This record gives sequence, C-alpha cells and structure tokens, in this order.
Amino acid sequence: MAIVASETRFGKIGRPVLAWVVALLFFFPIFWLVFTSFKTDADAVKPEFLIFFTPTLDNYLNMTENYDYWRFATNSVITSVFATVFALAVGIPCAYAMAFNPTRATKDVLMWMLSTKMLPAAAVLYPMTFLTKSLGLFDTHFMVIVVLMLINLPIVIWMLFTYFKEIPKEIIEAGQMDGVNTWGEIKEILIPLAWGGIASTALLCFIFCWNEAYWTVRLTTTEAATLSKLIEGNRAPEGLFFGRLSAVSAAAVGPIVVLGWFCQKQLVQGLTFGAVK
Amino acid sequence: MGRIVLESVTKSFGETQVIPPLDLTIEDGEFAVFVGPSGCGKSTLLRLIAGLEDTTSGKVVIDGDDVTQVSPSKRGLAMVFQTYALYPHMTVRKNIAFPMRMAGMSEQEQEAKIKAAAESLNLTDYLDRKPGQLSGGQRQRVAIGRAIVRDPSAFLFDEPLSNLDAALRVGMRLEITEMHKRMGTTMIYVTHDQVEAMTMADKIVVLQAGVIEQVGSPLDLYHKPQNKFVAGFIGCPKMNLIEGAEAAKHDAHTIGIRPEHVEVSTTDGLWQGTVGVAEHLGSDTFIHIHGVPGCDPMTVRAAGDVAVKHGDTVYLTPNDSLLHKFDDKGLRIE
Repeated sequence: MAIVASETRFGKIGRPVLAWVVALLFFFPIFWLVFTSFKTDADAVKPEFLIFFTPTLDNYLNMTENYDYWRFATNSVITSVFATVFALAVGIPCAYAMAFNPTRATKDVLMWMLSTKMLPAAAVLYPMTFLTKSLGLFDTHFMVIVVLMLINLPIVIWMLFTYFKEIPKEIIEAGQMDGVNTWGEIKEILIPLAWGGIASTALLCFIFCWNEAYWTVRLTTTEAATLSKLIEGNRAPEGLFFGRLSAVSAAAVGPIVVLGWFCQKQLVQGLTFGAVK
Repeated sequence: MGRIVLESVTKSFGETQVIPPLDLTIEDGEFAVFVGPSGCGKSTLLRLIAGLEDTTSGKVVIDGDDVTQVSPSKRGLAMVFQTYALYPHMTVRKNIAFPMRMAGMSEQEQEAKIKAAAESLNLTDYLDRKPGQLSGGQRQRVAIGRAIVRDPSAFLFDEPLSNLDAALRVGMRLEITEMHKRMGTTMIYVTHDQVEAMTMADKIVVLQAGVIEQVGSPLDLYHKPQNKFVAGFIGCPKMNLIEGAEAAKHDAHTIGIRPEHVEVSTTDGLWQGTVGVAEHLGSDTFIHIHGVPGCDPMTVRAAGDVAVKHGDTVYLTPNDSLLHKFDDKGLRIE
C-alpha cells in the first residue's frame, strides 16, 4: 500500500515538476539568447547587467541595416524549400519501391543509406570543396540545394518508408487491378493516404536543411550564403560580440521555432511514428 | 468472355516451390472455387491469375491470349480482397468510380454505372460516406461494386467473406451466387470454407500444398472423392475414416463413411460405442461416439429429435452401398 501511495504522489506532483524542469532546461538557452539580444555588446559581458539592463533594439536594427539579414534569410528559405522538395521528389518513389516491392536487398540498401550518415562530414570536406570549385558551383544556390538534399535523403527515405509500410499492400494492389499505372498509384493512392507522414517528413527535412551549418558555411561566401553563414560571420578577431551575435542567432532560429511550434503535433508524430505498432 | 487456362504454371518463393507444375481450365461463365486448408496455395494461384504475382514458369492464358507477362491492370479482371482494400480517403461514390475514371470513361457514363451498381447492392444511401463509416458487409458490397462497374472478363474473389460475421456471410454468399447467375461472368472464388465451396461452385478445385487434389462439381466431390484428403475435406461434418480390421473386411486400407450415412440405434447395430457429445441443432443432431474400432471418435448425423446423451451406449450401422474405399496410398478404390 505504501509503495502504491508513494507512486501516486510521485505521479501527481513529481512527474509534472520533473517535466517542467526538463522543459525549462531545454528552453533556457533560447530564452537567454533572446534576452541577450536586447543588450548592447558591452552590457552583454558585464556581470552587473546580467539580469537588469536597459533593453535596446540596436542589435536588430544593426543586423538588418548593415548585415543584409534579408538576403541571408531569403537564401535559407530558397535552399531549404528546394532541397526539401527535391528530397521528397526522389524519396517518395524510392521509399514506395522499397515498401511495396521489396527484394532481398531492400534491408541492406536501407542500412547502407543510413550508414552514409555515419561518415564524418570533415572526411569529405576537401573533395567536396575541390569538386564544387572545379565545377564552378562554389557559392551557388544549386550546389547548396543539392548538398542539403543529399545529406537529408537517407532520413527522408527512412521516414517515408516507415509511413508507407503502414499502408496495406492490398490497397495498392486494388489500384493495380483497377487499372492505374505506377505513377497513378503514387499520385492517386499513396500520396493521399500517406499525406500526414509526407508532411511530417517534409517539415523535419526543412528544419534540418535550415539548421545545417557545416556545408553551408564552408561552401558559400556571399551569393548563396544562408543564415548559418551570417551567424558565423559575426565572429571577429577581437572576440565575440555577444549582443549582436545573439540578435543574429535569434533571428536565424526564430522562423524555425515558430514553424516548429505551430507544427508540433506533426513533428511528434513524425519522430515517434512506427515506434509502437 | 472469360476462359482462363493455366498451362504448367509453377511458383517458387526463393528455394521454396509453393505451386508445382499445375494445369487448369476454367470455362467461360463458370463459378470456380479454389478450396483447401490454410497455406495450400489457393490465394497464390488466384494472385498468379490476377498478375499480382509473377509465375516462375508456365503460362496464364485468358480468352486465348497469353497474359503471363501482362500487368494486372491490362488483364481485364476485377478482384475483391479479403480486407476489402477500399480507398479510405475516397467516398463510396469515388471508390466505385475509380476504375472507370482510370479507364477514361465519361462522367455521364460513370454516374449511370455507379447508380446501377449502387441500386443492385443496396448502397444508394451510402454513396457519400467514406469506407470508415460503413459496416463490414457494406464495405464488401462497395468492393464488389467497384469490381462490377469495370465489366471484367472474370471476377476474382480472395476469401471475401472471411471478415464478416456468420449471419452476414450467409447473406453475402447468396448475393454473390445470385449475381453470378444474373451476370453469367466467370468467377473464381478462393475460400477455406468448404460450405461456401459446396453451395456456390459450379466447379470446385481442391488444393493441398499447391497440388490439385481433385477438380469437379460439388456433388462429384461429395459422392466420389478421389482420395482420402478430398474425402475428409469435403462434407460437414467430416467423413469418418476407418482403418484396420473393419477396412480389411472390405478389401481396403481405409474405408470412409459420411456421418449422414450411418444409422444410429439404442438397441442393435454393427458397431457399439459410447456417446461422448451430442450436439442438438434442432434440425439435426451430431453425435460424437467413442469406442468404435478403427475410428475414434466417429461422428453420426441423426434426426433432430433423437434422444441420446453423454454416456449412453449406442449401436451404429453404416449404409454399405455408400461406403468409400481407399488403398494404402489413400487413393480411391472403385
């Protein structure tokens, strides 16, 4: 009885408290980032202004006026949207083929795709830089889109494959009997049925593309540079300008946090789908 | 037209051969039923005809055309699945219209056919609902409606009634049989339920481990089973198979007698036994009797009002003219 009672008490009070602590722990860096972005660079490093300070919008004004924030943001949108669209365009037929016409090699192919994510990006930094420069693609939108698409393709295909596996094969077969060709199966049956899964996958892929920094920083200079590059560009030899850096970072993660907030239901579904059948 | 011929068709999954070389002809307008226990290859055979599985070797010929390499959509067949396989995101109307839309039929023609199909299947009031809002029986009707509107050369049914409750199953069985009589289109129907096979078929194909054990009309199979497997599979309750001294008296390895061909008495008879269970169905009584030499328990079908109960001693006399004899390989002896 005592054990049951203590468990109940923990369940009623302990669990929500624990959940709040963990949530606040995760939220704190974002809060602090936004908080610091309203301080001047000088105030940001002074302990006496840790909590109490005179808020200013200078960092944000400076960012839009001097750093061309909107160009970086536009590049982030263009590259993330197109990389996501292309990843889906390749991933949907690919996952469809593996989900509904599996062969003995299907599992191995899926594992191999995933194994490419285990390769340290730094290992291919030199060949990638050499390749993009020699092909004249360095600092172009096209190259950033292709790279973002390729690095996210394994995850996209894995996620779509898991969603498609949930669709009964008979429905696809009924479509075949009803006279649809392969493209018709995908367009008329598969996409409408897996719409929720495809949306979740697209959302995650978009977030990953938006947040990607390793390649976007190294393979661009100005033309195709994304918000990651803008953040990175705020490093100076004299040290870090915390106020400015915080404003740039907040403006970079802001759109994705808002998007994530509105789509959290789909995101959670996307991340946990197939965990319990 | 819908004459379907299988010529030396085989199917293997990897190293495992599930259909050894098989020849079969289904005539135009025939109602053929593939029946057999689970895993006997009957659904695989149907899927080979549909084109949903590729044959390992051999030919599938429909109306004289070799369609072995032709995709399912081009074979002119319609299929009704066990799980209904309706498109859950479409209304009943759109489900039924789907194959016609894919065939590029005009909207007017589609509407006329949907109306006719819905009327014949009592679906008129449900046309704007989605499959999730329908009962199992209604869903299966929609699946049949979707098949009808294509005017296929043959209908393929893969255990379509297995997911329905018993009462609904009997009703749908009649509806499908009537539909066949009305349309006269070739139908191939897969089931593991021998009652469905007996009541619906013009021709029954009994399968075991991918091998055709016997092909014939329901009464052919009932009266002249070619081997012990068919004898035991066709008929409900099952035929009693007796081995040993009783069989030897008839110069056979095994003799078979159907439960309805044994007379039961409480006073005298050829064999003596003790009643284990008496199942009173009203119209009939199925009595399971222990202690009969060479067959334990023996099942007897008696009149509905027979007054026997657990533990009673009864005497049984088979109708000798209706005995089936089988040799040591299990094959029928005439």
